[in-house]
Order: sequence, then structure tokens, then C-alpha cells
Amino acid sequence: MTTQRTLRPQPRFPEQDSHHFWEATKQHKLVYQTCNSCHGVVFYPRTHCTHCGSLNLSLHESKGRGAVYTVSVIMQSRHPSFKDLGAYPVAYIDLDEGFRIMSTVVGVKDSVKDIKCGMKVKVRWEDQGQGGVSLPLFEPA
Amino acid sequence: MPQRRDAAIVGIHEYPLRVVGPGVSAIQIKAHSASKALEDAGFSWKDVDGVFDAGEAPGGGGLGISEYLGLKPTYIDSTNVGGSSFEFQANHARAAIAAGKCNVALLTYGSISHSERRAIGTAGPGGAGIPTLFGNMEDTWGMTLIAGYAMVKQRHMFQYGTTEEQFANISVVTRRHAMRNPEAVKAMTDLEFVGVKEITVDDVMESRLIASPLHLLECCMVSDGGGAVVIASAAAARNARKKPVWIIGTGEATKYRENGGDITVSAGAQSGPIAFGEAGIKPSEVDVLMAYDSFTITVMCMIEDLGFCRKGEGGAFVSEKGRLHFDGHLKPVMNTDGGGLSSNHPGMRGIFLLLEATRQLRGESTSQARNPKLAVAVGNGGQLGARHATGVTILAAD
Repeated sequence: MTTQRTLRPQPRFPEQDSHHFWEATKQHKLVYQTCNSCHGVVFYPRTHCTHCGSLNLSLHESKGRGAVYTVSVIMQSRHPSFKDLGAYPVAYIDLDEGFRIMSTVVGVKDSVKDIKCGMKVKVRWEDQGQGGVSLPLFEPA
Repeated sequence: MPQRRDAAIVGIHEYPLRVVGPGVSAIQIKAHSASKALEDAGFSWKDVDGVFDAGEAPGGGGLGISEYLGLKPTYIDSTNVGGSSFEFQANHARAAIAAGKCNVALLTYGSISHSERRAIGTAGPGGAGIPTLFGNMEDTWGMTLIAGYAMVKQRHMFQYGTTEEQFANISVVTRRHAMRNPEAVKAMTDLEFVGVKEITVDDVMESRLIASPLHLLECCMVSDGGGAVVIASAAAARNARKKPVWIIGTGEATKYRENGGDITVSAGAQSGPIAFGEAGIKPSEVDVLMAYDSFTITVMCMIEDLGFCRKGEGGAFVSEKGRLHFDGHLKPVMNTDGGGLSSNHPGMRGIFLLLEATRQLRGESTSQARNPKLAVAVGNGGQLGARHATGVTILAAD
């Protein structure tokens, strides 16, 4: 499902750490890693475990459900991609699998009033067009 | 552990203008400030054997600054951790002096952020240059620097019940101090503040949202400016014109977005106790707190994380009558120069924390506390809600 075409900055490559994360989004898969040595959750993606330094990691697919950890609605942005969009929220989402991602929350009437810490959300994909990545947005669950 | 007095701030200068106009460059502000700070110390250009430079001014940095100034240092440090660079540098200078690596250290800062119309807080992600992991995971969301702080305020209000009114008190007391500082008044006038006057809690809450829940009057200015600090060994400090202000405790740490982490806890929770432990003092003994006020939430976190009150109780702490005001009866007084909110913030405010803390301990502030003995400068650089660095420098009067 594609909502309106936006002018968001897109992830750029080559960038070796986030490459597989963004490749997976093309199949609408939200992926994260765990460490095979200490079992810690690793996110943002890496080639090493940020808890113990192990190089032995596994890749998993998230169910895409979680809660808003915190949010800010940006009223003033001079970035060319955003300055004309009006107010838009940026949030940290805590996924049920134990990782925290930066994203936005859509599907609410009033971003300032309706997006609250602790609110349950689920992923909603926004395709970026032919051959491009898909962005994991979140909406009320 | 006995308190050590290896190194002291002996010379300071704050560049007086916040709007410099087209005739002045950032590195000229650094040179001007260096000259004035050495004059304040009663030292000469040739006395400097340690140079500290964050590389914020074009032409400076570890390679360029010595040549530009014409110095021949034997100790060079180019630490840059954003706005807290100068607390880190002061701490490193003290360590270098204690190790016998240099005797007279020079820290300088210069910026023409205002004149260059740099949208520091609202520019958002760059989307240029070599792709990085952090950029690829964050830039697409349009995060601005202010929003990074706003997200911490949001969570603080949710987690602890801190109110908008409580946050606004920080802006109110800071503006009160600014109105007593002629350079701050000129700054606000030159930067065309709407209403160069004392403000109320309602003024703050009624000012427009920049990134919810942060209001305009909770955000620092974007000015030009700069300054310099001269730090000397105990032996050299005895030859200074004014009484030395001793560096008695130092701490540094960094913190970042973590899975399951508490965003309301800054790196100051790590660096604060290290500095206080080294100084052998308690937060309750501190007379003057210079807390980096990029935004009200920054101050709230610094106060709590350094242990001036318990975590989550900062709202009540900053609202207590007689607290933070220069003439209040409760310690500490805070941001007596008018802060980044109302006096000086060209992008990296950390140096001004050291300058005003020194003025207070010398008795030279425009909002002078009564006979202060101990001051804390706590700088926070980067983005509080994402990767940031908190440097703590504890200072004592001679």
C-alpha cells in the first residue's frame, strides 16, 4: 500500500551496515539481529554484537508490533524535504522483540494530542517507488 | 582522596558581540579572544605550550590553529564532542598539566552561526556526503536537532509527571539573569528578540511550539560569538594577575539511543559522579551551577543526573522559591550570565559555562552570587535524545 509520494531523504548506498535492513523492507520485512553468544538484541544493524563484541549474529523478522516510546511533532523544519510538509511527528518505537527504531506515526487526527507515550502501534509500509526501499511507518494498533 | 589542585583557570574572555557582521570571521574571533584572555591572565603569547581546538572554525583544528595564532605548542588536543567540547578540553588540559605535558593551555572558540544563517536546530538531516549507518536509519524521518531534545522532554513529562510550568521556570530565571547582563541585553536586541524583557511562565507556555512539547522560549538563540580560556599549572598560576580558579574534579561520558534505554537519563549520570567523586564534594555544596541550556530539558536532565536532586524530581527542584536565582537563599544559583536561552549560543556553548563559572568564583558576574566557593560547569553536546556527550568540570575558588 502506497500513501502519497513524499520527498523524504532516502537511505543511500553503499552503506554496509544498514544494507540488508533496507533490502528486506522491499519485501515489507522489518528485520533485526540477535547475538548467538550473549542473546542480546542488536539494532541498528551491525556486523558485531554491541553487548559483547561477538561477530556471530542471527537475523530475524519482527512482527512489526510495539509501542510509542516517545514522540515530537516538528512544527518548524528548514530541510528542503520537509519544510513545506507542515507539522510531522518523529517517534521512537519500541518493538515487542526488544529493539527501538526511529520512525513516524500516521493514522491519527491530531499528531500533537493523539500520539502518546506507551500507545500500541503496528507497522505500515510506505513504498518509495520502483525498485526503491519501503519505509516502516507506524499506526495505532 | 585528597582534593588535587594541579591546574587552574587563570584567564578568560567572552567575545562581547553576538552579531558580528560580515567583517569578522570565526577564526578571528578565536584569535581576538585568545589575546584578551592571555591579557586577563597577565600571560604572553609565548607562555602558551598547550593548544586545544575543536576545529569548529574554518582554518583551525589540530593542524591549522597553531599556525594561524603563531604558537608552538608541545601539547595538542583537538577534541570535538559538540557543545560540551570545552568541558572535555578543560578536563584534558588539567590532566595534561598534571602529567607535566604542558604548563599553559589555551582553549578558544569562534563562530558566526548567526551571520551565516545556520539553521542549527531546525535544519534537519543533511542527506549529503558519504552515507553512514546513523544517517541511513534516521535521516528519512526528518528529525531536527530540537526534536531530539523535545522527545526527551515528552518522555520526562510522561515518566515523572513533570509539567510545562516546571520547565518554563528554567526559561524565566535565565531571562531574569540575562536582563542584568548588558551583553545579553545587547544580544537579544541585536538578534531581534520579540520583547527584550523579563518573561513569565505563561509567556513561555504561550510561545509557539517549535517541536512539541518544546516551545520557542525553551530554545536557545543562534548567535555569533566566541571566547577563550587559559588554564595554567599550579606553579604558573601563581604568576597570574587574578586569583586562580582551580579545576578540582572532571568527568566525561557519552550516551546514545539504546534498545530499552531510558532516554531521560543523560551521559551526565555517568560523568557527574566521577567528577564529584574526584572533587570530594557533594552537589548540595555547589554554589553556582552552569548547566548547558540548549533547551529547558537539557537543564532538567543535567540537574537530576548530576545529583542535585533525585531523578524525576527536577521539576519540583527548579520550581522551588529561592532556588537558581542569583539572589535566592537556596543553592545553587544557575546560569547567571543569561544562558544560551538569553545570552549566548553560537552552536557550542560549553566555553561560556567555564567563563561564567570563573567570573562567579572571581566575584565578577553581573548576577553575582554571595561569596561562592564551588561551581560546576556541565556541558552537553550532540543530541540529548540520540548520541550526546556530557562533560563535567568542577571549579573551586582559590
